[in-house]
Amino acid sequence: MRIILLLLGVLLSAPAWAQSPLLAPLGSQSFDEIRRGVEALAVSGDPRAGPVLDALQAGRLLVQPGGALFIRESSGNVVSAETDAPADASDLRPVRVNNGVRRAVDAAMGGLRLFAPDPATRADAAEAVFRSRDAAALPALDRAIAGEHDAGVRETMQQARAAAVLATSDATDADKLAAIAKLRARGDLDARAMLASLPDGSPAVATAAIEAVAHIDWALQLWGLAQGAFYGLSLGSVLLLAATGLAITFGVMGVINMAHGEMVMIGAYVTFMVQEVIRAQAPGLFGVSVLIAIPLAFLVSGALGVAIERGLIRFLYGRPLETLLATFGLSLVLQQAIRSIFGPSNREVGTPAWMSGAGRFGQLTLTYNRVAIIVFAVAVLFGLMAVLRFTPLGLRMRAVTQNRRMAAAMGIRTGGIDALTFGLGSGVAGMAGVALSQIDNVSPNLGQGYIIDSFMVVVFGGVGNLWGTALGALTLGVVNKFLEPVAGAVLGKIVVLVLLILFIQRRPRGMFPLKGRAVET
Amino acid sequence: MVSVQNWLQGTVLAAALAAGVLGLAPPARAQSTGPVKIGILHSLSGTMAISETTLKDVMLMLIDEQNKKGGVLGRKLEAVVVDPASNWPLFAEKARELITVQKVAAVFGCWTSVSRKSVLPVFEETNNILFYPVQYEGEESSKNVFYTGAAPNQQAIPAVDYLMAEEKVQRWVLAGTDYVYPRTTNKILEAYLKSKGVKQDDILINYTPFGHSDWQTIVADIKKFGSAGKKTAVVSTINGDANVPFYKELGHQGIKATDIPVVAFSVGEEELAGIDTKPLLGHLAAWNYFMSVDNADNKAFIARWQGYTKNPKRVTNDPMEAHVIGFAMWVKAVEKAGTFDTTKVIDAMIGVSVPNLSGGLSAMMPNHHITKPVLIGEIQGNGQFNIVSTTPGTIVAQEWSPYLEGSRDLIADWRSPMSCGNFNVKTGKCGGGS
Repeated sequence: MRIILLLLGVLLSAPAWAQSPLLAPLGSQSFDEIRRGVEALAVSGDPRAGPVLDALQAGRLLVQPGGALFIRESSGNVVSAETDAPADASDLRPVRVNNGVRRAVDAAMGGLRLFAPDPATRADAAEAVFRSRDAAALPALDRAIAGEHDAGVRETMQQARAAAVLATSDATDADKLAAIAKLRARGDLDARAMLASLPDGSPAVATAAIEAVAHIDWALQLWGLAQGAFYGLSLGSVLLLAATGLAITFGVMGVINMAHGEMVMIGAYVTFMVQEVIRAQAPGLFGVSVLIAIPLAFLVSGALGVAIERGLIRFLYGRPLETLLATFGLSLVLQQAIRSIFGPSNREVGTPAWMSGAGRFGQLTLTYNRVAIIVFAVAVLFGLMAVLRFTPLGLRMRAVTQNRRMAAAMGIRTGGIDALTFGLGSGVAGMAGVALSQIDNVSPNLGQGYIIDSFMVVVFGGVGNLWGTALGALTLGVVNKFLEPVAGAVLGKIVVLVLLILFIQRRPRGMFPLKGRAVET
Repeated sequence: MVSVQNWLQGTVLAAALAAGVLGLAPPARAQSTGPVKIGILHSLSGTMAISETTLKDVMLMLIDEQNKKGGVLGRKLEAVVVDPASNWPLFAEKARELITVQKVAAVFGCWTSVSRKSVLPVFEETNNILFYPVQYEGEESSKNVFYTGAAPNQQAIPAVDYLMAEEKVQRWVLAGTDYVYPRTTNKILEAYLKSKGVKQDDILINYTPFGHSDWQTIVADIKKFGSAGKKTAVVSTINGDANVPFYKELGHQGIKATDIPVVAFSVGEEELAGIDTKPLLGHLAAWNYFMSVDNADNKAFIARWQGYTKNPKRVTNDPMEAHVIGFAMWVKAVEKAGTFDTTKVIDAMIGVSVPNLSGGLSAMMPNHHITKPVLIGEIQGNGQFNIVSTTPGTIVAQEWSPYLEGSRDLIADWRSPMSCGNFNVKTGKCGGGS
């Protein structure tokens, strides 16, 4: 019987003759088997473990139908996973990976990379070990901590060690209490999650854990206020960007421009086109694609704005109802035009690396794209104010909007100024589109989502006043974001609208109404 | 012989044409020899155009292919495309136009539940046929509608089962867009989770408006909810455009699938086409079909589709497959009935089974829903799904959910003598409630 089994074993293992038993499970079709294979490989100390797991994490570990494993190197060459020798293999597929396998690989790579030469890699590795809470990583962590010179990385490693200690059943209470203190000092959501799910221990440990959780909750609540303020600021900056252009066309010129959203949308499509060209022609420039798109979007939307003013709106001055209908129709025409040219589906606009991810400040998460948009919104606002204030064009614009006939009498060609003013507002909307392409869908419907909000901001802030627009956007953003967690997104929006209606009832001209004779005309 | 036939056909056609031009042809005769019209009722403009335009294209392709095979019952098919412009009342108007003016034999259309509800009375009144290709909330069965998308037990419940078994999830965020499909699905899921022993505290339900674009606070809330020390997952019924900013925010705030996986019911290949999917690696979706299904039928279909649209990058998705199945079923039912008469075709539909693209057979059941396999896929860096779980066989739709108070005792069976969409087994009466 035994001989038969042995024979069977030999027969079964025959196809994978080239594979060591350590690597063989990775070629399996079952996720569980692959996961166990990864765990076994990680603790084996085998020299091939590093490169093989590295390849698996990057999706470069390939398997043949027979189960033989290969690694595709970054150069494109295929080498045997076993021997690292160049191989000529066909019919390769990536090894199957699911979240369970991915977690195992992350934890394993964490353990292996604790001794990497690059401090950032070591910090990432320590973080991965922290998340895995793997008691088996303790010896490696102890060695790594002893040899670590970078204080920040050592701190993370000690936190990982604390997490691992809490996961072991035979640690002493003193060790556990020290570990809890470490996690309490870390104070973030991950630490909280770990403390909240401790296995049953002695009363002293349990009390310490409960106290630590309460402490973290209290601290996080305070940080939550600051985080809410950041979210509000960020939403405010988006509203401000969308509304700034309208503050010119509607606020300064008094044109009810329902096609304003489409100017924003066109700006977003310009970003898409710029990225397409860069991807095809100069991939190295991708990082600055958004910056290149900003002036182009301004020009395209601006030129379109001038054309719209000359071709449509100038015939409708003083007839707000007709303007509203005509521009609404125009917005539908523009949407359908974009839909016909680019198709109805979303277009992918990539986020440059420097705008991806998030930075941490204490327990605050500041996503880089939002920070960039806040900075951009402020820059646009001040840029626009400077144009209105300090340039001859700005002077003429103000003159024409304040007293058209007097300006005309002074020799200003009011028609041309109207076109340029409208173009400026549209161009600013186009620049907003570049920013919005980073956070929203680039689809023909992009603009529709912002048109109501934009009017809301301009009316709330006070028509004709850029400072009012800025403060209005900020107020609406912050109020919205503080209401959202309490009332929910749907109700929050309704509450904001109701508050706005009540406010407009009391102060029909918004927060900062224009004063003086210009208002009366 | 062939040439004679061709010649004859040509003459007849020319005569018919001439007669038509002169206005002499009796309408009944023109109807039985001319092409048969098929209505396509998908939004080509407005918010839903993003999803529905593709379905119009796939229908045109299927009709084109059928015509190349010689049509149905020897008659060519002619597609009549109308644009209801994502406007729900307009759906009803356009449906009526298709049926009464164009006299179509069947209609393929609708996406949102509200559009289906809007056209339902029209189809019932005129006794025409609608093929509805999208996963939906269930709680409906009409004599005149064939539901080729998934009912909740063919998508949502298997997905939750997968997360429980494979990811050991204990805490659930049910996030959805604020309208009927997410609300009903979440109600079913909540009842289902509670029946599995999940406590109320471990369920967070969150609704957002259509087209919601600022997800910062909600993603932060999810993160916070997930820090209670129990494995947490998000079940997303977020629909349409709002998904892109949602997933972008997940990526930016660093929520990885290995920490808090998100399983979505409305995100397919088409929706992912607008996002860089690398930060989303490992987040899940549950469907009855994925473009990455590895079999010859599916590969051939993808090749035909990309050839037809002349775009080698065009993706396929689940509702497209539903139309492929629905159309094949209709053709088969018409051939079985030997006529285009809607009453007879409706009767002939039940029991028809055709191959689906996931490598099995889908059958039309007496409740006017089809049997489907359920696949769970993880998002890959290239915008495709890596299939991590497949049900062993196909699953029969439960159009009336056993987890909801009002529908527990209802069944639908459109065969005579029952012929009822909401038969109450407790009271033994057709007509719903107790």
